[in-house]
Amino acid sequence: MLTWVGRSLAVGAVWLLVVGLTSETSVAAGEGQQADRARSQRFYPALQREVGDPELIARGRVLYGINCRACHGMDLRGGDLGGPNLLRSQLVLRDEAGELMGPVIRNGQAGPAGSLMPAQPLSDDEVQAVAAYVHDVLGTASRQGGPPLGEEIALDILVGDATAGRTYFIEKCASCHSPTDDLQGFATRVSEPQELQNAWVRGGGRTAERPPVTVTVTTPSGEQVQGSLERLNDFLVVLTEPDGRHRSFSRRGDTPRVELDDPTAAHREMLPLYTDTDIHNVTAYLVTLK
Amino acid sequence: MTFLRCVLAALLLVLPSAVFSQEGGLDPMSLVLPLEASWPTYSGDYSGQRYSRLSKVTTENVQQLSLAWARSFNTGMPSFVGANAPDFVGGEGTGEFTIGSQRIKGSILQVDDLLYVTAPDHVWAIDVRDGGTLWHYFWKTRGGPHIGNRGVAMWRESIIFETVDNYLVSLDARTGEERWHTELASFEEQYFSTMAPIVVGDHLLVGTGNDLDAPGFLQSFNPETGELQWRFYTVPMNEDDIGIDTWPNLDAASHGGGQVWVPGSYDPETNYYIFGTGNPTPGYTGVARRGDNLFTCTLIAVDVDTGEMAWYFQTSPHDTHDWDSAQTPILIDGIIDGVPRKLVSTAARNGYFFTVDRVTGEHVVTTRYGATSNWASHIRENGSPNPHPAKEASIPGTLVSPVEGGVANWQPPAFSPDTGLFYTQENNGFNLLYLTDPDPRGSMGLGGKDRITVGTGGNAFTAIDYRTGEPRWRHAWPIGGGGGAGVLTTAGGLVFTGDGSGNLVAFDAGNGTLLWHTRIGNISNAPQTYLVDGLQHVLVATGQQLFAFVMN
Repeated sequence: MLTWVGRSLAVGAVWLLVVGLTSETSVAAGEGQQADRARSQRFYPALQREVGDPELIARGRVLYGINCRACHGMDLRGGDLGGPNLLRSQLVLRDEAGELMGPVIRNGQAGPAGSLMPAQPLSDDEVQAVAAYVHDVLGTASRQGGPPLGEEIALDILVGDATAGRTYFIEKCASCHSPTDDLQGFATRVSEPQELQNAWVRGGGRTAERPPVTVTVTTPSGEQVQGSLERLNDFLVVLTEPDGRHRSFSRRGDTPRVELDDPTAAHREMLPLYTDTDIHNVTAYLVTLK
Repeated sequence: MTFLRCVLAALLLVLPSAVFSQEGGLDPMSLVLPLEASWPTYSGDYSGQRYSRLSKVTTENVQQLSLAWARSFNTGMPSFVGANAPDFVGGEGTGEFTIGSQRIKGSILQVDDLLYVTAPDHVWAIDVRDGGTLWHYFWKTRGGPHIGNRGVAMWRESIIFETVDNYLVSLDARTGEERWHTELASFEEQYFSTMAPIVVGDHLLVGTGNDLDAPGFLQSFNPETGELQWRFYTVPMNEDDIGIDTWPNLDAASHGGGQVWVPGSYDPETNYYIFGTGNPTPGYTGVARRGDNLFTCTLIAVDVDTGEMAWYFQTSPHDTHDWDSAQTPILIDGIIDGVPRKLVSTAARNGYFFTVDRVTGEHVVTTRYGATSNWASHIRENGSPNPHPAKEASIPGTLVSPVEGGVANWQPPAFSPDTGLFYTQENNGFNLLYLTDPDPRGSMGLGGKDRITVGTGGNAFTAIDYRTGEPRWRHAWPIGGGGGAGVLTTAGGLVFTGDGSGNLVAFDAGNGTLLWHTRIGNISNAPQTYLVDGLQHVLVATGQQLFAFVMN
């Protein structure tokens, strides 16, 4: 697992790579227009900007590393010395090309609680380069105000106790499931632990076919119609009979009587009862079912 | 005492239902009248109750409601030539940013012979009798997330609305021609605007939204000229601002969110505008904003003339689940323990119901109305639910109810003074919530988490007694139903809402019996009602369609 410092460094490394690629790759005109089109569809100015001059950005990145990184962090999200996150700075977001950032960089400014940002003696060109770099990073921010995604961090979700999980499984799950029957090889079929956890808590995989809900409708005359449930609301029940026949019944209160046999109902009913520890323990047990 | 308060008593005597003044157009003073023949402001009137005094549709005859007309709207990019071209096009955008088809999620104002309908960047004036278009205005946007528009405000003879890219636009109500537009928040700072502005006297109250760690604020503009009158920040912006002690530092506070994106209610007697604020930011990682994070997720009363805060009550201290408390609060004149009280109630997105004294902010009731909401450890002495740290996003996953959309959301609830019941949807989903950004500096915006919905504890429609916070009746929707439809209640003893399974439904307001339904598609706003030619109509939107029902 990478620490956050490691992640910051990784983000920096990715940037070096991107800058390198951009400066060496010539983009065909058509593709460039498409890229512009896609860019113009992004929500905000920071994301809609045209890609800056790669050489200027590369130079700005170096200058940022020398003059700004110690306080504002390698990833611009704030550093150990107390510099604020630049990616959410209102001044940075409003800045076009260094005209707002420049005076702060060169004059410094008083920060909260008596702190002070020292002046950085950069030239006009250097300020523009730093601004181009900062705006380039801003252009990679994710949706809903999220930071640039950077490199995915490998996080280990397996913190549970497999033995306790097995005990819980035997108590609560074994009436429907068996590690030697339906769950044999479960952790091989669903090898990613987070996906496995989501699947068992929900009672089915994201894409795997869910077992159909069976419905039995009993009309006032006593006729019983059974099939797989298509739709149910307060006014209607729709089902498909085993021979493929489509049936629908108007509902008025409890007439006709509608009974559901939903194989995943037990999973829903368990949701208010689990502790997070139960879930983590069961997951730790289920990942052993290779 | 304000001018508004002075004229209130007189108005109630001399203005039976007329809303037009001699100066022309809608008289802003008429908005203090209880909701009846027309629908001239977001909630119909200032109380937020969405209770109409109309009683021509009743529990006895609701089965005979019939369709008066229906029509659809092209809520995406319009054609700029031909018969369907907008009558007027404005905007600061280049036209390069194309918008997709939007759902009608707002209140539709009904004044005189017209309805004013919105979708992001669109306003239509249509005939109240057949839905035919009188005019259509389109705004060329600079961008921003086009997630919804909650409707227009009417100021005398103008219509005013917010654009996603943060302009306040004033149109001539008769022609749709633009009168002026003015910027209300910085697009560069990633604000985006959806709220329906609210006219109070000669103030226009305007909120906006933002997902990127920016301070929230409510503003008041001159509705005639678009000039800014005051701005009220919902988070501390200076070292000595009230509430700063609920944040680790000013940098966290001034990037702390608390957006104002759903209209509030107005109490003419105190001159307070009472509204709820959004979640703190970063949304899912509270590590760098330890503390209660005032005044995010808070019910706030401000004096409309000064923009000064009169009182506050925090409904969700230190939220870490994107559950804002922006829901429209409802003003209730009620009786608690035999004593008449001026109250305000709100059903928050976090699954808790609150009743508070609307003059003083004194807490009266807190209950959990979301049946499976599992994130609070206890109710504090002051009535605020206390967040359990173990229910924040975690690396191995945390089982959280409700899901991100909350037990309730922006969809307006309703209250009937006849039954004393507060009506709201109640959504009880479960998420597994994973922390993906364990950075000790916290994430940004709504980043840093992964979530997946793993099931539901069953959705319902619930009628809560404002005095006790307990449901008097509760209708469980069949699995798959529920979700987001606003609510209307009437003096005919009815509650209208959507069932989430494609039906507009009517309940008996007193006991929750389902009396009527029609399958027109899932409701995308809140049902409304008004009179045309003496006949009561019920108006509702389902995405791009509008349906008007009538009791003949």
